[in-house]
Amino acid sequence: MRSETLTPQRAGAAAAAFSVVAALAAVLGFLLIQGWPALSAGLGELPSHAENMWQLAGPLVFGSVLVAAIAMLFALPVALGTALYLVFYAPKRVATVLGGALDLLAAVPSVVYGLWGIMVLAPALAGPYAWLNENLGWIPFFAGEASATGRTALTAALVLAVMVLPLTASVIRSALALVPEASIEGAYALGATRWETIKLAALPFARRSIVAGSMLGLGRALGETMAVAMVLSPTPFLIGIKLLTSENPNTVAAYLAQTFPESHGIETSALIALGLALFAITCAVNSLARWITREKTK
Amino acid sequence: MTQLDNQLAIPELQLDVPVVHEDQSVLKAQSRALIKDKVIAALFALAAVAIAIPLISLLWTVVSRGLARIDAEFFTSSMKGVVGAGGGALHAIVGTLEITGLTLLVSVPIGIAAAVFLTEYAAPGSRFASCVRFLVDVMTGIPSIVAGLFAYSLFSLVLGPAYRSGIAAALALSLLMLPVVIRSTEEVLLLVPHDLREAGWALGAEKHTVIWKVVLPAALPGVISGVLNGVARIIGETAPLLLVSGFADAMNYNPLEGRMASLPVYIYTQWQMKGLDAQAYDDRAWSAALVLIAVVAVLALAARLAPRLLKGKK
Amino acid sequence: MNKQQTQTHPHEPRKTGAQTLAGNLAKFIAPLAIVPLFLTGCAANENPSVLSESQSAGSAALQTISGSGASSQTAAQEAWRAGYSGTVNYDPVGSGAGREAFSSGGAAFAGSDVPFKTEDLKSSFANCEGGIVEVPAYISPIAVAYNLEGVQLKLDAESIAKIFTGKITNWNDEALAELNKGTALPDLKITAVHRSDKSGTTGNFTDYLAQAAPKEWSAGEVEEWPADLNGEAAEKTQGVRETLANTKGAIGYLDASQAGDLGVASVKSGDVFVTPTAEASVKTVGGSSLETGRGSADLAVDLNRTSVSGAYPLVMVSYLIGCEQYKDAATGTAVKAYFEHVISESGQKAAAEHAGSAPLQADAALAEKVAKAVEAMK
Repeated sequence: MRSETLTPQRAGAAAAAFSVVAALAAVLGFLLIQGWPALSAGLGELPSHAENMWQLAGPLVFGSVLVAAIAMLFALPVALGTALYLVFYAPKRVATVLGGALDLLAAVPSVVYGLWGIMVLAPALAGPYAWLNENLGWIPFFAGEASATGRTALTAALVLAVMVLPLTASVIRSALALVPEASIEGAYALGATRWETIKLAALPFARRSIVAGSMLGLGRALGETMAVAMVLSPTPFLIGIKLLTSENPNTVAAYLAQTFPESHGIETSALIALGLALFAITCAVNSLARWITREKTK
Repeated sequence: MTQLDNQLAIPELQLDVPVVHEDQSVLKAQSRALIKDKVIAALFALAAVAIAIPLISLLWTVVSRGLARIDAEFFTSSMKGVVGAGGGALHAIVGTLEITGLTLLVSVPIGIAAAVFLTEYAAPGSRFASCVRFLVDVMTGIPSIVAGLFAYSLFSLVLGPAYRSGIAAALALSLLMLPVVIRSTEEVLLLVPHDLREAGWALGAEKHTVIWKVVLPAALPGVISGVLNGVARIIGETAPLLLVSGFADAMNYNPLEGRMASLPVYIYTQWQMKGLDAQAYDDRAWSAALVLIAVVAVLALAARLAPRLLKGKK
Repeated sequence: MNKQQTQTHPHEPRKTGAQTLAGNLAKFIAPLAIVPLFLTGCAANENPSVLSESQSAGSAALQTISGSGASSQTAAQEAWRAGYSGTVNYDPVGSGAGREAFSSGGAAFAGSDVPFKTEDLKSSFANCEGGIVEVPAYISPIAVAYNLEGVQLKLDAESIAKIFTGKITNWNDEALAELNKGTALPDLKITAVHRSDKSGTTGNFTDYLAQAAPKEWSAGEVEEWPADLNGEAAEKTQGVRETLANTKGAIGYLDASQAGDLGVASVKSGDVFVTPTAEASVKTVGGSSLETGRGSADLAVDLNRTSVSGAYPLVMVSYLIGCEQYKDAATGTAVKAYFEHVISESGQKAAAEHAGSAPLQADAALAEKVAKAVEAMK
């Protein structure tokens, strides 16, 4: 190693690195400054006739977490299956095509997902929802009166699942690709079938990355905006787990996009404060994901 | 099974065992396991197929509806003075190009410099470096709408709440782009063999000279690939642009002042604020969506091919 | 991919890394050089020569003015601006933000779904010497639209209120059958769709219910749908439209111009059932009195949705707001010219054709009142 003297180049590079710290501090700082006035605001000043910030934020945070969690419930098995298929089963050409498909899914703009969700997916799901509601209505999630439009929390979650799938799949795929060849060859040598090999050698090795990948997907789903805003039929201040009805809790991000363009004054502050809450939640989720992966490398 | 478990706990010891792939006799002895294996393989393949369903449905919708307005007027006109049918998205395309260009101008130099710091300058185990790495990871997860709110907060504090501009959008997108550039560049820099650097130092070159003339050129294809991937990701962002650059129906070349149209917001507003001739608006929205997806696909493809192309020409 | 990158280090002699860097970049970027060619050309429909011509030809070159406000006027403003000789920017930021921008001087005029409140009029307006002008410029009937094939519905305020409060849940309800004698209504669940965002449309719809069916509608006039009422919610007009179009048995309210292929209900007005035509809608505005305690050019309409028989009661009135006298004379001239264009027969007709609004001229007395208010502007 060369001696580390403080050259201008080194200082410049360090400053660039520091800009990351500065940028995050600025995000936090400016959102705090602009959002602060809303914390003490009361009835009449806040959007949606909310009595205070907590009444506004609580149901929205609940909605965000609910929809994102259900999205991961769908996305994780498919992402895991796809990643395993890609790494252990797929012929090279199929893998290339599939990898391209994943890239494309990841890159489709969320506003296009929104258009697709409201015009294609939701109407197509209304029928199945009515069936689920009729036959499995005893499950609390499927209770209530099924929406005839299909624009429910479940549809929003399904759109989100498609959107976060590529991210989760790619995290898991990278981890699976790192499984030591020796473990795999060893398992094969012992006469294990492909599935046994995966179960015994690959999955334990990639376990943390699978968890981390789903956390990252969850973080992405929590912050996803336009698709949910366009697809979901929200009811203000609602906290509920019925997924098939017309009345659904809204998400923080979707509410922001719907309300912000026509807000002014203290309403804007309230929305920025909500953005701060969303920032905090996604940061926590992502930090947890990183912590899980970092633990492994130590 | 438990026996297998025990053996596999120390897989390195298996290195000397001769490799026997799917030995027939073993498989026959385990026909039940084999069936299970096939079923599970089918399940995984099914998961992969499940991905294709929404993708095909989505692409079919966009292409079949989007072709309606892929014509010359669409690429040469704005929406200024357009009533009903006709008009185009040139102003939105230009807006998207300008905003994306500005975003690159901010995020690429800073991102590469930061990555150089992390891999080349920071002492191993440096607390600052690991802190920065952690924050880069945190930054990767910032929801795009929060980035938009941040840009709005910053500019409205200085220039008033009515300020809308392309540069504010570029700031929001830079926040999303920066961690992508840093991470991908860092990954590539780490792959540059250390002997290369040492060879440079041995010749008496300054450290920064080695970085500039040896390390970065070696890493260039990977860096470009990472940047292109990042652009593919941010070019379709809608929410932050809706907040800070708004929508406009006329050309605005000046990113410092006034609303600036962009393709994603154009799609949203064409769908959202229709006049009487709704079909004309829908057609424009889907055509813009088709253009945007095509651009993104080309970028993603370029990101894959860039390393090969750049290498091949040497 | 990564493995390939490790092999790309430049070991070739006599070629510095920097050259390689630059050369590779150039090769890669060269195709992109075509892009600026597109950028140098202006949009084909924004020919600058046409603009300067009109500006120099007219004896009074009109100053460029910017307004902001209600997004409900977006389509109408498109039509108005297209037919106007000067340059006008309209920023659809929402009624509240538009009024705020106007009073703080950030916008030369505002478009708003509601007039200023009388107490707000006491404060000073940055652009104005003295009072303000508020004129109804965009009268838009709100349709009660539904997705029922082959059915022409008749509804009254009570039944609409009951549908949207969830008291009537099926199309074969007795109350509906009573109103629609001779029409076979299906045994089908009603999906009532309302706006999820804050909107003037919801404000006028709920105001109608509060005026015409106070017993069934207790929430009053609200721009945001009451949180305690259930029902399907959709974002903006297009969300409602999309939801209605995709759902059998759905009913909702939206700008009549956006109803498209959906069924549009006739609404009971006095003893007759009225469809949302231009004449019937403007009749409601013309038959209402003006709010008192305002300046002579401040035409805030106190909409009376119950007493004018034969008028279509579900209308939204959106205003243009400007100064009686501008501090800057050039701005005043331009805004006045624009307002004159907007309320003129051709301006109103353009908006009717493009945005589906009801022209003011359908009620001669109203059109005259509005013209007089604009006439007084300086």
